[in-house]
Amino acid sequence: MMIYLPIAEVSVNAFVLLGLGGIVGVLSGMFGVGGGFLMTPLLFFIGIPPAVAVATEANQIVASSFSGVLAHLKRKTVDLKMGTVLLVGGLMGAAVGVVIFNYLKALGQVDLLVRLCYVVFLGVVGALMFVESLNAIRRAKGASGAPKRRRQRGWISKMPLKMRFHTSGLYISVIPPIIVGLLVGILAAIMGVGGGFIMVPAMIYILGMPTKVVVGTSLFQIIFVTAFTTLLHATTNFTVDMVLAVLLLVGGVIGAQIGARIGVKMKAEQLRILLAIMVLAVCGKLAMDLLFQPAELYSIGAAGGH
Amino acid sequence: MRFALALVCLIVATAASAENVVLGLSHKSVSITTNFDGSEILIFGAVKREAALPAGPPLEVVIAVAGPQQPLTVRRKAKRLGIWVNTDEVEVDSAPAFYAIATSGPFRSVLSHTEDLRHRVSIARVIRSVGAPMHLENAVDFTKAVIRIRETNGLYQLRENSVEVTEETLFKTSIALPANLIEGAYPTRIFLTRGGRVVSDYETVIEVKKVGLERFLFNLSRQDPLIYGLLSLAIAIFAGWGASAVFRVFQRS
Repeated sequence: MMIYLPIAEVSVNAFVLLGLGGIVGVLSGMFGVGGGFLMTPLLFFIGIPPAVAVATEANQIVASSFSGVLAHLKRKTVDLKMGTVLLVGGLMGAAVGVVIFNYLKALGQVDLLVRLCYVVFLGVVGALMFVESLNAIRRAKGASGAPKRRRQRGWISKMPLKMRFHTSGLYISVIPPIIVGLLVGILAAIMGVGGGFIMVPAMIYILGMPTKVVVGTSLFQIIFVTAFTTLLHATTNFTVDMVLAVLLLVGGVIGAQIGARIGVKMKAEQLRILLAIMVLAVCGKLAMDLLFQPAELYSIGAAGGH
Repeated sequence: MRFALALVCLIVATAASAENVVLGLSHKSVSITTNFDGSEILIFGAVKREAALPAGPPLEVVIAVAGPQQPLTVRRKAKRLGIWVNTDEVEVDSAPAFYAIATSGPFRSVLSHTEDLRHRVSIARVIRSVGAPMHLENAVDFTKAVIRIRETNGLYQLRENSVEVTEETLFKTSIALPANLIEGAYPTRIFLTRGGRVVSDYETVIEVKKVGLERFLFNLSRQDPLIYGLLSLAIAIFAGWGASAVFRVFQRS
């Protein structure tokens, strides 16, 4: 069934969109990532104009994250206090990110920089997570009962403004979470994603939060950051396509519910290693696009790119 | 002198309109609805003449339907430091979003090069590009790329021998409008030619517009972007909550 999208001005198959939304939704619920880093390139691939894809994707992430966070709230795996602290940084970061994005656009190479950002961050994050989860699985199989020591966070524990985060079982300064939120917010706005795939590892490895809480908390703060981004796009660029968003989110919210339930049944290490493999796969695909000669050297864009 | 010139013009004009087009369209406008999946427009007509059928080469018909003209930026990739990046770009001043030509014979034999230049009929002629930077050697490659990419997408079509001409008087053809059509006025030109020379031309406009829900959403997004954005968010939140609620019910039972 073909559906004409009023803002994107293209006609697409509704079932393809529902399916894409569903698959990305499952991943979103499982890993606590918004799925934007997968969906946005997929939307380009089926012919949605990039500006519309990025803006509409933000709207869809709001839906799937909200659906996911409800499932997590019920199991009390959301650290609302930590989420709020991260969010403060995140919103500031998103605003800064939009400014940087517009500056890069003026330079005319925003496409390349976004791609390079993807390759570098997906590559580093994916590789780190992959190695770490492999080690964790090996430890679990080997010397059984070896006490799992949380890593020492020397410099972080010395910072002022300490706060107790009950759900995460942490007593740390609010400065690191705000900085993490800020940096992820900047990247999220530049790369047009929720930023979960950076946020999740940052919470585990930098803040030392337990994996089970990380997913729900990440989703919680992504809702607000992407809602903010959606409004910015809708009011400045007019590129949010409601019909496209509805199709994606119908698949997405159902997928997220299924994903959250699959996620509970899996071990944290397995979850992490799967996410790592997925992140590396997307990174590899994007890197190949940059390295190999494309079939069509020319591309058509709307005028006024300067 | 000026009078003589005017007289010449008048004579030429009357000579040119010895054969005139009477046109019919299967529909004057195309409505884009939510389930719009392309459309086919039947263009038919007759040639009205005051005098007898002139001798000489037979009557041929060229029909061109153009979409709204837009400026474009065309970029070319090249390998820099091991990766493929956009290096050169050319601003194309104006290119139609859609362009279809239907002819009653091979394009070059029904329309001469000079007439093509004068009336801007062929695909290469409707794209205007004067903004190419001087340092680029192959600026014309960029225009060719636009044509190549859009031909692949079905947005630019040259369909030779697709106009049916009966008794040098009646003609008909159908133009397929693709699903990824944009809104606007689609000027439609019909040329009658003999031996490659245009003997008469006629122009009309096909309106392509969004209707119903498409119209409503598009207008809302431009006129009240904040409300549109908030509405999008409300739908997202509601859908997220709805899915969660539905799944809870499933799990209880």
